[in-house]
Amino acid sequence: MTGAEMIIHALKREGVRALFGYPGGMVIDIFDALYSAGVPFYLTRHEQGAAHAADGFARASGEVGVCLATSGPGATNLVTGLATAYLDSIPVVAITGQVPTSLIGNDAFQEADMLGITRSITKHNFLVKEVDELPRLLKSAFYIARSGRPGPVLIDIPKDIQQATTAMPYPDEVNIRSYKPTVAGHLPQIQKAAARISRAERPVIFAGGGVISSGASAELALLARRMQAPVTTSLMGLGAFPETDPLALKMVGMHGTAYANYAIQEADLLIAIGVRFDDRVTGKVSKFAPKAEIIHIDIDPATIRKNVKVSIPLVGDIRCVLTELNQLVENRNHDPWLQTVAGWKRENPLQYTQNGGISPQAVIRTIAEMTGHQAIIATEVGQNQMWSAQFYDFISPRTWISSGGLGTMGFGFPAAIGAQVAHPGRLVIDIAGDGSIQMNIQELATAALYNLPVKIVILNNRSLGMVRQWQSIFYQRRFSGVCLNRDARCPGECDGRSDSCPLYLPDFVRLAAAYNIPGFRSERPEEVAPILEKAFAHDGPAIVEFRISQEENVFPMVPAGAGLNEMLRGMA
Amino acid sequence: MRHIINLEVENSAGVMARIVGLFSARGYNIESIVAGKTVEECTARITLVVIGDDKIIEQVNKQLNKLIDVIRVTDVTREDFVNRELLLVKIHCPPARRTEASLVGNIFGAKVVDISAKSLTFELTGSESKITAFLQTLRPFGIREVARTGPIAMVRDFNPRSSE
Repeated sequence: MTGAEMIIHALKREGVRALFGYPGGMVIDIFDALYSAGVPFYLTRHEQGAAHAADGFARASGEVGVCLATSGPGATNLVTGLATAYLDSIPVVAITGQVPTSLIGNDAFQEADMLGITRSITKHNFLVKEVDELPRLLKSAFYIARSGRPGPVLIDIPKDIQQATTAMPYPDEVNIRSYKPTVAGHLPQIQKAAARISRAERPVIFAGGGVISSGASAELALLARRMQAPVTTSLMGLGAFPETDPLALKMVGMHGTAYANYAIQEADLLIAIGVRFDDRVTGKVSKFAPKAEIIHIDIDPATIRKNVKVSIPLVGDIRCVLTELNQLVENRNHDPWLQTVAGWKRENPLQYTQNGGISPQAVIRTIAEMTGHQAIIATEVGQNQMWSAQFYDFISPRTWISSGGLGTMGFGFPAAIGAQVAHPGRLVIDIAGDGSIQMNIQELATAALYNLPVKIVILNNRSLGMVRQWQSIFYQRRFSGVCLNRDARCPGECDGRSDSCPLYLPDFVRLAAAYNIPGFRSERPEEVAPILEKAFAHDGPAIVEFRISQEENVFPMVPAGAGLNEMLRGMA
Repeated sequence: MRHIINLEVENSAGVMARIVGLFSARGYNIESIVAGKTVEECTARITLVVIGDDKIIEQVNKQLNKLIDVIRVTDVTREDFVNRELLLVKIHCPPARRTEASLVGNIFGAKVVDISAKSLTFELTGSESKITAFLQTLRPFGIREVARTGPIAMVRDFNPRSSE
């Protein structure tokens, strides 16, 4: 078998259902082996799109996402996608072609040191130097990507290795002596945690992406019900616990709900599960959960005590640990605490003001109602992402596809394509801003040609809304570099409220037409639901553009460096 | 505090870059790094000297452990250990001062490994403090060149409190 054939063989053995990629000189052999191999291949219009699509596929399905690119520029175009997957612990295998081994280091045509470039943004990476090593390294790449704390793995394969033949079989398993993720939790620690839980008076469960990657939503729900503890999630944890549940506090942190933030600040016990205490969650660390002891459950020992002090660390696979823990936790009643929390919920609901035009928050709520909270929602990054996180009310895992850690604009649409490939029968929606959708807009061709019925809902405020929001609040409305329509006719200083703004650019409806897909547009609230209905009913991709005010902002908001209870609730 | 950390690693091409890259990416301070083969062909040993408070050292240990190519991480500073560093130092030394220089060398147990009309080169193995003291004593001669390896270390098996 040639190296190239071995790569395709490996994809089949690993059960890869979709390969996203882009050809080039140093992967022609792999594409040749792919020609009649029966592995579904999706040709994106940019390698970054392929990386995000593989990532979205992995987030939606729980399987390893796979992307393929040529050496040099093809491989460097994967970088943002790999970093996105790395920061959110998403299992992705990236296969890159490399110049022949004899040319490595010569600054050959389309040569880039991908091992060096991706070292800090992958869980691990390999350069294959002998064709006989290829089967083992391919197996290792998949194993490392999906086991332990998942993450992206890059495997860089020189062209001569792809052409050489090997008699080595593809292994059934690999044993990496230096890589043994802890799976089962340490029983004495679990007992300690259970004992502490039984003494808690104001417990809060804080669940993150680890619950989703471990598939532990049922175990989490059982723990919450037994403990009668309210549950908040990180951005990555949306969907881990049904947000419509009476115990749900929805998202915590910078743009979390006021009641989640208050609950964290008043809790005497915080059970943090599969989270890493990102700065967008904690606010100022010294003011975070000041009254709480923290039990921290995570598969990665390095996340424990990285950002916050932890009383009871518990390393292991979350599903295993929670299964054990649930056997020791008794039914509890925290009525006084739950009443306090219910009071906060009543007094501080998520809200927004109607301004006569389309409210972006209302768009999200309408989508949620129309889809029964069951659609797969991808987002871009910025206000569109935060409104989606706040107002959709996610009820099941793997329905929220969003770049949390890296905050990658341009992620949502190609990730939605990947999610749609993973779930052909489901409704997949990318909620976008007019800024971020333009970052990977070229993938419209991919969605159109493969007839992947992703619906793109653009909340068009003709600006980079989240940065503009910061400029509104913290930079005296000096709107520098955030207007997406600014042209030569605009005044030197713009107050962002001019009535004579240039036309919207691009015209997204005509852009849709250029790709032969339907486009809809409105600025009238009463048209939101009918347009969405039409778009959702269409058997193919569609673009929906809702024009919203530039003055729409995301609240509550914890300013950087403040404590969680020091929220801004609206414009001063 | 200063910590000496021993790593047992896969003897692969990129392993040193992974370790050094980890330190620069996370902003940890690394004072010295020594790498060498072991008796097992596919295993290498790396000794790091790292400066940081307990929280940083805990993270350093955990992050090093996370690297796929790292087999074992041992913070020897937490235990009873021996450490040694190798020094080569070349001093200005006209023939008239050779006796004086070799006297200093003898006191420290250093060996003369090269000699010329103008210079003398010593080799010395010892703890870091001994090496530093030796260099200070040689300063009046005029130091022309110094090469230090940075320490390597091993945990002692001998335990004075046990009955062995």
